[in-house]
Amino acid sequence: MNIDADDFTLLGLPRTFELTRAQLDAAWKALQARVHPDRFAAEGGASQRLAMQWAVRVNEAHQRLKDPLTRAAYLCELAGAPVVAHDNTAMPSEFLMQQMMWREALEEAGTAAQVQALSDEVTAQRQARLARISDLLGADAASLERAAEAAQEVRALMFIDRLLEEVDTRLQRHEDEDGA
Amino acid sequence: MALLQISEPGQSPDPHQRRIAVGIDLGTTHSLVAAVRNGAAECLPDEQGRVILPSAVRYQLDEQGRTRRQIGFDALHAQAEDPLNTVVSVKRFMGRRLADLPDAGKLPYEFVDQPGMVAVQTVAGVKSPIEVSAEILASLRQRAEDTFNDDLFGAVITVPAYFDDAQRQATKDAAQMAGLNVLRLLNEPTAAAIAYGLDNGSEGLYAIYDLGGGTFDISLLQLSRGVFEVVATGGDSALGGDDIDHVLADAALADARIDTPMQALSPHDKRALLVAARRAKEKLSTDGSVHLACALSGGMLSVTVTRERLTELAKPLIDKTLAAVKRVLRDAKVKPDEVKGVVMVGGSTRTPAVRDAVGAFFGQAPLTDLNPDEVVALGAAIQANQLAGNNVQGELLLLDVLPLSLGLETMGGLVERIIPRNTPIPSARAQDFTTFKDGQTALAVHVVQGEREQVEHCRSLARFELRGIPPMAAGAARIRVSFQVDADGLLSVSAKEQLSGVEASVVVKPSYGLSDEQVAHMLREGFTTAAEDMKDRALREARVEAERMLEATRTALAADGDLLSAEQRTEIEQLMTQIGQRCDRGDLVALEAATKALADGTEFFAAERMNRGIRQALAGRSLDQI
Repeated sequence: MNIDADDFTLLGLPRTFELTRAQLDAAWKALQARVHPDRFAAEGGASQRLAMQWAVRVNEAHQRLKDPLTRAAYLCELAGAPVVAHDNTAMPSEFLMQQMMWREALEEAGTAAQVQALSDEVTAQRQARLARISDLLGADAASLERAAEAAQEVRALMFIDRLLEEVDTRLQRHEDEDGA
Repeated sequence: MALLQISEPGQSPDPHQRRIAVGIDLGTTHSLVAAVRNGAAECLPDEQGRVILPSAVRYQLDEQGRTRRQIGFDALHAQAEDPLNTVVSVKRFMGRRLADLPDAGKLPYEFVDQPGMVAVQTVAGVKSPIEVSAEILASLRQRAEDTFNDDLFGAVITVPAYFDDAQRQATKDAAQMAGLNVLRLLNEPTAAAIAYGLDNGSEGLYAIYDLGGGTFDISLLQLSRGVFEVVATGGDSALGGDDIDHVLADAALADARIDTPMQALSPHDKRALLVAARRAKEKLSTDGSVHLACALSGGMLSVTVTRERLTELAKPLIDKTLAAVKRVLRDAKVKPDEVKGVVMVGGSTRTPAVRDAVGAFFGQAPLTDLNPDEVVALGAAIQANQLAGNNVQGELLLLDVLPLSLGLETMGGLVERIIPRNTPIPSARAQDFTTFKDGQTALAVHVVQGEREQVEHCRSLARFELRGIPPMAAGAARIRVSFQVDADGLLSVSAKEQLSGVEASVVVKPSYGLSDEQVAHMLREGFTTAAEDMKDRALREARVEAERMLEATRTALAADGDLLSAEQRTEIEQLMTQIGQRCDRGDLVALEAATKALADGTEFFAAERMNRGIRQALAGRSLDQI
């Protein structure tokens, strides 16, 4: 076992998008149970340092694979189609149009119900794109073509998540106002 | 000599193999020390049978001008008559600057505004909160050593989950100053959950509501088969039962028609009134109505307080705690009814108004079976026992998260977040920065902690400079700043220019103005070692350290000796023999060198063992899946 192995190999999981949170957590905990510095508290500094490096690495891998978006981005990168490539970052114009419409809708939404409706719509779109990613990066090792298409989806999802964050903030403000 | 040794299952057969490890709850109002004895955790009492040590230290000078200290109950009793020199609730000042203390005006101390951390002027000189805390810890260490008639192997010290890096570092420094080997800083709520045995088969989300004297913490823990995952933490490090005392004292003044506000009272009067208010509050947990009486310099104060009145006065403070609970649930995207159990910690949760409000919020009666003052120390003791290697079968593993985001100051006084809060620790992250001027040869790095966008609203942890960057065009340099947070939540930062290899790093010793030499000086002045010759002490500590190293190596050889070739094994055994010889000779420098040689010489072995452990973990999992 090598500390520089990729996240999937490190956690002993298949290199696919189709991983459950339960699978990931079980792998993470089993590994931390072996490498966490607390397991070496009664030993010398060398063991402590090593344990620390391993525990950091295991946490990093788990954090990255835990979130579907970063997991997808990582798979794209492993398949040779990094998400933040300098070329090919332009988004299709219909997606940009959609974004603008959503942002306008958010600005104009006056009631909590309106914001909630927008939130539902954007969330549905998010689910659809995640399902597409799952198709592209599922079971078999992804081809470069499929990975490139998935990378595009990941970029779209990054926009969508930023929007959802703003929608959430608005929803919370409505909640706080209703609570007060 | 014993002819026959009988040991309980799970106990070490040889008592000399057993390492004494304690858990210490270093609390705002009081502190406790606990240890696992005969298989169960219990708090260790003092000579008078009291387990609680009030977190109070009084400084005095005797006729010869030497410093005298009273710690605990003696100090507490002197509090009203000598408020200036009796430091209580010192935990509130740990890692804090004067500007961070909003109620400094209500406190009876002469504060000294030192850089990084406030200090208190006493007759015996300026005392830093670290030093005061160390007095308390040293007193508890003494108690434990007397109880076991043996040296301590180490201690687990608890801190509020909400403590930032400066506060954690200050706590660790205090423990080291008190001569304790810190096995781990443990979050108080996690300790409470361990004490309740929630690691035994409990699965699901638990909320730990900890209202102590000076801090409020709310933590959400996800438990599954011995793994404690801190899902989210929140709270307020400047809110607690002391605040209820303050509002009660204010109300008593108003009710007695005394026009002088709290801030304008003399230190003596302030202290006397707060003590009376606290007593009244405590009595109202069982009585419906009490008489609050207190002798002030302007005359006698005497009012009647009912439980309803206290509930009404405490309501804004309790609501503040519930607002923090809501924030944490929202952070974790959890609804109150998804929480499986609520553990109550801290003396202030004895107040019926608090229990009722928390029960109503979660829709279930909170857990209150254990003494809320003792829970944290008991949990820490269980963890200490495990970390010392006494409980080999133990599967307890704590996976913790970073309580507050760590970041760097960037252009315009904004914060660039490097590690967001609630990231599992230990953790490491790096971020690349560049120069913004042509020929720039230095870069100032300012490390901050907090959730706000602006630097001035975050806590400044450290500043350092990366110098000697070769002159380049603006934007050409690639400076990688790396953050590393250990399992205790303590940070170290380094910066390296990638092209030239120029490096700078700091262990984030927050800038509270105590250098290592100053710490060493305070140690020499020595409250912990008053009667001991420093040299003897150093040698004794080196021996303990050597013994620790030897034992660890023996354990490792027994478990995984097959990983070594015959020569490698011989080499390690020679290094071990050398330590044994030098231990007997009493040469401090030689002994330390031999211990270090063994540590270095076994580094590759440690790596091999780690790899084997991971292979086993992976193999075990694939078996499960078949």
